[in-house]
Amino acid sequence: MKILVCISHVPDTTSKINFTDNNTRFDANGVQFIIGPYDDYALARAVELKETSGATVTVLNVGPADTEPTLRKALAIGADDAVRINAEPTDSFFVARQIAEHAKAVGYDLILMGRESIDYNGGAVHGIVGELLGIPSVSPVMKLDIEGNKAKLAREIEGGKEYLEVNLPFVAGCQEPIAEWKIPNMRGIMSARTKPLKVVEPVSVDSGIKLKQFELPPPKGAVKMIPADNVQELVSLLKNEAKVL
Amino acid sequence: MKILVFVECADGNVKKNSLEAVAFAHTMGGPVTALALGSAAQVELEALGKYGATKVLHAADARLNQGIIQAYASVIAKAFQDEGSDVLVLADSSLGTPVAARVAARVDASLASNVVELPNMSAGFVVKRSIYTGKAFARVELTKPKKVIGIKKNAAEVKEVGSNCPVTPYPVTLADADFATAITSSEKATGEVLLPEANIVVSGGRGMKGPEHWGMLEELAKTLHAATGCSKPVSDMGWRPHHEHVGQTGVKVAPQLYIAVGISGAIQHLAGVNSSKCIVVINKDPEAPFFKAADYGIVGDAFDILPKLNDAIKAAR
Repeated sequence: MKILVCISHVPDTTSKINFTDNNTRFDANGVQFIIGPYDDYALARAVELKETSGATVTVLNVGPADTEPTLRKALAIGADDAVRINAEPTDSFFVARQIAEHAKAVGYDLILMGRESIDYNGGAVHGIVGELLGIPSVSPVMKLDIEGNKAKLAREIEGGKEYLEVNLPFVAGCQEPIAEWKIPNMRGIMSARTKPLKVVEPVSVDSGIKLKQFELPPPKGAVKMIPADNVQELVSLLKNEAKVL
Repeated sequence: MKILVFVECADGNVKKNSLEAVAFAHTMGGPVTALALGSAAQVELEALGKYGATKVLHAADARLNQGIIQAYASVIAKAFQDEGSDVLVLADSSLGTPVAARVAARVDASLASNVVELPNMSAGFVVKRSIYTGKAFARVELTKPKKVIGIKKNAAEVKEVGSNCPVTPYPVTLADADFATAITSSEKATGEVLLPEANIVVSGGRGMKGPEHWGMLEELAKTLHAATGCSKPVSDMGWRPHHEHVGQTGVKVAPQLYIAVGISGAIQHLAGVNSSKCIVVINKDPEAPFFKAADYGIVGDAFDILPKLNDAIKAAR
C-alpha cells in the first residue's frame, strides 16, 4: 500500500501573528514553524499503518525551500521519502492542484492530510484533491482502519460521529484522536538525513483568489473583575451592558 | 447576481447556521434559491422564504438522507448549473466545508471558506476570511466569474424579511459512484443544543476536578439554553466526548456568550473561542491567562459560584 501524507508548514500554535509590507506578508520573524497539528495526526496514523501492514509513506509539502526542515521532521517521524513542490502555498485550490498532479503521476492507495491547515483554515484541500482525482474524500476523520481494499472510518459531525466504509483509493482529512502524535527518536532523526527528498517544480494554476490585505482583530478591552460573592452583578452586566442574556 | 444557498438539514430540520446562509445571500442582493437535500420538513423549507429565499428547491431522494460528501457535491453542482447561479453560499460545517470544496472544483469557481462578513462588491468581489484560527483576517478577491463561499457563524443576522415560499421538488439522477462512501451507522447526542450552533456555551476545564461534577455546568447550560463544551485535557482524559472539545484542534465556537469555568486559557483553547462576542471566566487562580482574554472575570471556587450564578440567572429571566 502506498500512502501519501500532505503536510502544511505552519506557525507554532502559541505564535503571535504579525504582518509586514503594509499588511500583505506574514511576518515570520521569531516564529517557530511546525508540521500542521492536524497533518501531524494524519502522519502518525500513516506511520502506524506502515508499522502494522508494511505500507510505504511519502510525505509532501507545497512550500519554498525553508520548509525542508519540516519535511525532514516528518521523515524522522517515520515517512520513507519526501516531496517538496517548490511554490508558495497561496490558497486551497493552488495547493490541491499541486498535490493532485503529483498523486496522478505516482498513484497512491491512500492520501491523508489534516482536516485543515491552521494558517489558511480553508478545510478544502482534501475535497478538491478528491474531486480532481475523481475519488471519494472524507473529512474530518477521527478513526481509520484498513482491511484489505476497504477502509473503516469514523467521521466527526456536529454533536456526534458517523461510521463509514469506503474502498481504496480515497482522500481523508484527519483530526484527533486518529492516532497519537509521534515524537521523532534519535534513530529516526539520524536516518531522516539520508532519506530522499525530491524537489518538484509546480504546475501553473489560476485559482481565482487574490490576496488584498491581512488584518489583525481589534485589541481586547480590559477584563472587568467581579467579586465572587456578587454573581448578581455579573448577571446584570451580561444583561444590561454586554446585552447577551 | 443569482445566488444558490445549500441548506443543511439534520433530522429533517433546517440547521440554524443555514438560516444565516440564506440571510447572508439575501443581504448580498439578487434572487436567492435555497436547495435542501434529503428528508426535510415541508414547513421549515417553506419558512426559508421568510429569511430571504425567493425559490426553494428540495431534492427529497431518500439516498440523500445521509450526508455523503460526494453525492451532495454532485447534486449541488448540478443545481448550480441548472439555476445558472453565479454564487453558492453555504454555512461552514463538518459537511458543508468539504462539500463546498468539491463543488468549487467541479464548477470552476473561486472558493473562500471561513467568511465572516458580507462581500465588498464595490470593486471586484472581496471577502473577509478568518485565518490563523481566529487570530487574524485576510481580505481576498474572488476573481473567477463563479464563486463558492462558506460562511462562519454570525456572518449574517437572521431576520424575517418576507413570507413563506412554495417548495419546488428538484428531481435528481444519482450516480452509484457518488455513493462509494457508505455510512454504516452514527452516534448523535439528541435533544441538546449543538455546540457549533449555540448562542451561549458553558465550558469546563480541569478545574472541574472530574466528570462527576459536570451536572453543575449542565444545570447552568440548561437554564441558559446553552451548549456545553470543554478544554482539550478534559476530552483527552475522557471526561467528556471529543465533539465537545473547544480549541485549536477541536470545535471553534462563535457564540454571543462563552462562559469558561476552571479553564486556565492556554493559547490553543483561546484559538477556539476568540470569535465569541462576550467571554466570562471563572477560575480560582487569579493568574489564569484566560482573564486577559475575558470581558468579565470572577476569581473563586467554581463549585460555590456555579449554583449561585444559576439561581441569579433564573431570577433575572
